[in-house]
Amino acid sequence: MNILFSGLAGLIFGLGLIVSGMADPAKVLGFLDLAGAWDPSLALVMAGAIAVGSIGFIIASKRKHSWLGLVMQLPSARHIDRRLLLGGALFGIGWGLAGFCPGPALVALGMGELKALIFVAAMLVGMGLFEVLERRRS
Amino acid sequence: MNIAWNSFTPLSALFGGLLIGLAAALFVLLNGRIAGISGVLGGLLRPKPGDIGWRAAFVLGLVVAPLVYGLFAAVPLPQIAADIPSLVIAGLMVGVGTRYGSGCTSGHGVCGISRLSPRSLVATGVFMSAGFITVFVLRHLFAI
Repeated sequence: MNILFSGLAGLIFGLGLIVSGMADPAKVLGFLDLAGAWDPSLALVMAGAIAVGSIGFIIASKRKHSWLGLVMQLPSARHIDRRLLLGGALFGIGWGLAGFCPGPALVALGMGELKALIFVAAMLVGMGLFEVLERRRS
Repeated sequence: MNIAWNSFTPLSALFGGLLIGLAAALFVLLNGRIAGISGVLGGLLRPKPGDIGWRAAFVLGLVVAPLVYGLFAAVPLPQIAADIPSLVIAGLMVGVGTRYGSGCTSGHGVCGISRLSPRSLVATGVFMSAGFITVFVLRHLFAI
């Protein structure tokens, strides 16, 4: 049951990315280009998502189990460390380079875009590299 | 600041955003988890028993979204201007960066800010700033 709803959440998320135009790197880069012809659309996507998302998280934060009876797994980390800052910076540079973040890249992959496939393959290699480095560290 | 009124799409942006928020809200209320796409995807590379199905299903939902959208309307095709070397470098950076920084636009940006998480507010400020600077350098200093 949780697998079915997980797929449904992914689908609704993906539809939201298509409707909002965020599956298109040109539109995302239009937002990141503050000094050019600036397209504020991404800010409204975030505003809409946070407006609905925050209601969900307010309800969720008062519960120990989900509606399906699963344990609530909300992050508890609060420290702001070098990993968060450097990881965020590295991600932001890559995001600005191609206009893709993980969700839109997966949606564009479903549109049959070869360039999205190349990006997703490189992203998976990057994620795999992280796993290898983490395992070596521990 | 010079707003591109001809490419600004406030209504579809807001409506698409509401759908994204709905997906994040449903996911936490039903599955008890954060809809953070880099985390969901990255976790597949560190498989634990009982952990693969829901992750794969979420990713599959994203990938089939254009097919479902296509049943109702023509799918708007993306414009991917980056060349192949840039896509490879960008993909590697996004892959490593999102895992080290514990999240991306969905996990930190949408879910984290919705939860008022200080870590996510900082992370979002950092990756947005890095994105702004990168595009500024590429487009306005190097004119790529």
